[in-house]
Amino acid sequence: MKVTDKDVAYVADLANLELTIDERARMLRDLNSILEYVDRLNQLNTENVEPMAQVSDRYGVDESKQGSDRFAYASREDVKEGLRASLPHEEAMKNAPETDGTFFVVPKVIER
Amino acid sequence: MTVGSQTNEYTIESALSAIAGRQITATALAGEFYARIKKEDAEIGAFLTLSEERAFAQAERIDEMVADGKPLPPLAGVPIAIKDVMVTRGVRTTAGSKILENFVPPYDCTAVARLEAAGAVVLGKLNCDEFAMGSSTENSAYHPVRNPRDKSRVPGGSSGGSAAAVAAGMAVATLGSDTGGSIRQPASFCGVVGLKPTYGRVSRYGLIAFASALDHIGPFANTVKDAALVLHTIAGRDPMDSTSADVPVPDYVAELEKPVRGLKVGVAKEYFGSGLDAEVRTAVEAAIQKLAGLGCEIVPVSLPHTEYAIPAYYIVATDFARAPRRHWRKCIARRGTAASAWK
Repeated sequence: MKVTDKDVAYVADLANLELTIDERARMLRDLNSILEYVDRLNQLNTENVEPMAQVSDRYGVDESKQGSDRFAYASREDVKEGLRASLPHEEAMKNAPETDGTFFVVPKVIER
Repeated sequence: MTVGSQTNEYTIESALSAIAGRQITATALAGEFYARIKKEDAEIGAFLTLSEERAFAQAERIDEMVADGKPLPPLAGVPIAIKDVMVTRGVRTTAGSKILENFVPPYDCTAVARLEAAGAVVLGKLNCDEFAMGSSTENSAYHPVRNPRDKSRVPGGSSGGSAAAVAAGMAVATLGSDTGGSIRQPASFCGVVGLKPTYGRVSRYGLIAFASALDHIGPFANTVKDAALVLHTIAGRDPMDSTSADVPVPDYVAELEKPVRGLKVGVAKEYFGSGLDAEVRTAVEAAIQKLAGLGCEIVPVSLPHTEYAIPAYYIVATDFARAPRRHWRKCIARRGTAASAWK
């Protein structure tokens, strides 16, 4: 299946992107090249290959356990006070280009 | 190393022994490196921000320890620099993007904090391709980095500033990040040592993510031993990054003392296919011969899936990268330019 110029226009519209004619042509090329990559991977027979959820499943895991229990080291008991002291509000707001004193003020992106 | 040495001649060991032996103070050493940066970097462009206040405060702490005769930490006074994708408390962190032009992080990346706790002096933040996406460091939103070995050439990327700073003697060691070659490739272009550790070896807490499941932090240095020392400092479990592996950190430097005789070295035939530069082939083959001469057993192997690595990488990496980028793209689309997205 090939991506068409119409698909690019539709996705750009959903993503709120304004693309020039040139950019649309480039996106069309890029998206189709990704599909070509997928086609190439589809040439491989992966029938007997175990699915891999993540790459660190042999480092630090408890080999005698199954499933998520193998990663017990990465979790901890819940604590009432929370994980750690939160960033003070004042500190958290320091990088706000615009603030109402309590929150970040950002341009509205939901409505058009 | 004695006073008057060129900054590019320092190793971690020589810097440390000069400071411990009171041949130079940590403050004076940092001053020498800043002088070098101010002289060389206008043409190279490796640095985006200098953190002089933080560096000299740390250097003074080290000098007080020397004066008091206290035992020195393992990287005491060693001048280092950090790729600008790792956050530094109070020191602007841009990821090479104008979107973060004014971002002053409220906390430190674990790798940076560990280096400082070991006594290292952080000189500043290093240029890179925007959000670490690129392989030439021409795609920084600020300015490109030039290769110190030949300024008409690129230093590689995305950690081009980290590789160039070491190659130009503007830092003894640096940190970079590698998602799909961003440490290994610039280290090769600039003729320095670069190491991408195993996933989970080094905490990524405080690393501005490109593709979190593929991102690694690792060292650049002039010698393998220095890279080993830096890796030893930054490696190990960090409760702030649940993907960091709970595996003991070996003494890498001690491992270096062991002979290589008898080690088995696999040479994958697929890596010598079309597109390989003749000069690179010659250099790699010479290295294989050298290892054989040192008593390594050279074993030809085949990695038949090599040709699928790039397609798999581009699909996986862009998919991971999509989530944070989507948000920024939206801001850019609404506000016209990247620079105005947060203003």
